[in-house]
Amino acid sequence: MRAAIFAGFALLALAAPAGAQEAAPLPRQSWSFDGPFGTYDRAAAQRGFQVYEAVCSHCHSMHLLHYRDLAGIGYNEDEIKAVAASKQVTDGPNDQGEMFQRPGRPADAFVAPFANEQAARAALNGALPPDLSLIIKARDGGASYVDALLQGYKEPPAGMKMAENMQYDEYFTGRQIAMPPPLAGNDVQYADGTKPTLTQEAHDVATFLAWASEPTMEERKYTGAKVLIFLLVMTGVLYGAKRQIWADLH
Amino acid sequence: MTGPGTQSQSKLVRWIDYRLPIFTFMRHELNEYPTPRNLNYWWNFGSLAGIMLVIMMVTGIFLAMQYTPNVSDAFDSVERIMRDVNFGWLLRYLHMNGASFFFIVVYVHLFRGLYYGSYKEPRELLWMLGVIILLLMMATAFMGYVLPWGQMSFWAATVITNLFSALPVVGPKVVGWLWGGFAVGNPTLNRFYSLHYLLPFLIVGVVGLHLIALHQHGSNNPLGIDRKGPQDSIPFHPYYTVKDMFGLGVFLIAYAVVVFYFPNLLGDTQNYVPANPLQTPPEIVPEWYFLPYYAILRSVPDILFIPAKLAGVLCLFGAIGVLFFLPWLDTSRVRSARFRPVFKWVFWLLVIDVVALGVCGAHRPEGLYIIVGRLATLYYFIHFIVLFPVIGWLERPLPLPTSISAAVTKTSSGPLAAASSVEKR
Repeated sequence: MRAAIFAGFALLALAAPAGAQEAAPLPRQSWSFDGPFGTYDRAAAQRGFQVYEAVCSHCHSMHLLHYRDLAGIGYNEDEIKAVAASKQVTDGPNDQGEMFQRPGRPADAFVAPFANEQAARAALNGALPPDLSLIIKARDGGASYVDALLQGYKEPPAGMKMAENMQYDEYFTGRQIAMPPPLAGNDVQYADGTKPTLTQEAHDVATFLAWASEPTMEERKYTGAKVLIFLLVMTGVLYGAKRQIWADLH
Repeated sequence: MTGPGTQSQSKLVRWIDYRLPIFTFMRHELNEYPTPRNLNYWWNFGSLAGIMLVIMMVTGIFLAMQYTPNVSDAFDSVERIMRDVNFGWLLRYLHMNGASFFFIVVYVHLFRGLYYGSYKEPRELLWMLGVIILLLMMATAFMGYVLPWGQMSFWAATVITNLFSALPVVGPKVVGWLWGGFAVGNPTLNRFYSLHYLLPFLIVGVVGLHLIALHQHGSNNPLGIDRKGPQDSIPFHPYYTVKDMFGLGVFLIAYAVVVFYFPNLLGDTQNYVPANPLQTPPEIVPEWYFLPYYAILRSVPDILFIPAKLAGVLCLFGAIGVLFFLPWLDTSRVRSARFRPVFKWVFWLLVIDVVALGVCGAHRPEGLYIIVGRLATLYYFIHFIVLFPVIGWLERPLPLPTSISAAVTKTSSGPLAAASSVEKR
């Protein structure tokens, strides 16, 4: 019966509806954070952060992240302070009851590009760029989806009617997306000297966003290994105990 | 753990036991409690369900210390637990996947009861209390799923609460009362949070009654025949405590693999998008453990003068409600399916039927899924209301073994004829 239940289970998982019916199937990708021992490629994540800073952050917020969190992808304290200090954060009210601007601190959340949804829509032809804090967990396909989407811009096929201000991207639901192609290659000067091709940039920013979606993943997998070793030993001992206690009955 | 009770060497234990017979009680219910000697591993799932209930309550209480039940803060407070609370990710993933594992365990437990006829005389009330626990679990799980206030939380709440609007006359009133307003909103989230915290304690109470009813006549067993004397039973402790502990170890390994390596496998990506009342997600799908019921709800067409929506809701509740009547719908006196040549196979039809319903529930009700969904819904009710009594009347059961110990001893003496003597008869 257990087998039947799990088979049914697997069937259900396979049968789960795909989020993007019309979109093209995602190309196969492998990621540093795949598998039970996968970790985030720190260098790629740092490059991805550079891409986010240079390009994405002009429209997309990441309100769940704080500058202090960047320690998780290998930035040291001074680097984090420098990144934070380069931002202007609204604080207050002060003793006069007024809000004021000050340089950011590591404890501050990532500064959002727009004050609110209306401001974003007003500036961007009515479109609202989603917050990217959880984007990898919030889309079927995860990092592979974001990576493909960033490289999926094409000329619309002949005969396809595009709505105003929309772009053709074969990996987006309905294949029409309001975001203009954000990356073209050579959008950043990588600090580590890597060549910023479009493929490289997309891969790096997807790695960064994957980390941002779940900064505790490495701790989870590491803890999981310890827990499983303990459970395997414990279960083995219990099996022995069961055999011994039941021996006089059989 | 199991105090030796009044015979204890300890003066303190004897002093306490004389005034509050807690040690005598534990000895009676664990050491002396006679249990059939032939229970197989399917009998592990009862204690597993109890342990899952404890795991859910403990992780839930700690999550509640960090969670904020307000529409503008709920989603972010869950993410704060994931990111900034020490081991918050562990608590959250244990709780979130715990719901799925709780349902796996309880469904196995339920199907075990169906296969071995554990609902039959004198265990009717034991079975009915189990169905009440299932209903309470479903309500708790549904309200818990709403709390993270993601897209699927919000829209599941909208769809499910709207079901009650199908009730004639009182429908709209009931829905407004569930919402605490004119739509799913902050009052809804608040009351769901309150009830999500309350219902598990009610479950504990019903589990207590379930155990009292169980201990009155003791466990059923794979042969489905009564214990006839001391040779048929063994004390629960240490035999079944150690067997349950070993089973728990195996179960925890499976649970840990999902929690630590595939924590979002059973979830919906849409629930990592904050709730947006202005944007309906492309598909509104419940968690996997509700898919069969969801399929029933959507499959039912207009029946005579009853509109499809009301008929669907009635069938949805009827699907659980019919379980209350099983002890009387099943007319066979033989409990275990091992000795029921027809019922044994029909049982698996029900398993296939429920899985088919689950698959239909996961898909848009279009084309083949409508047809399969309707047939499977029809079969579900025919299975219990028609096949159960009819098979009981027509089937010729195989001869039952004279006693549990006779069957078991034969097993141990004959080298190969062993298991087959019981299995194949």
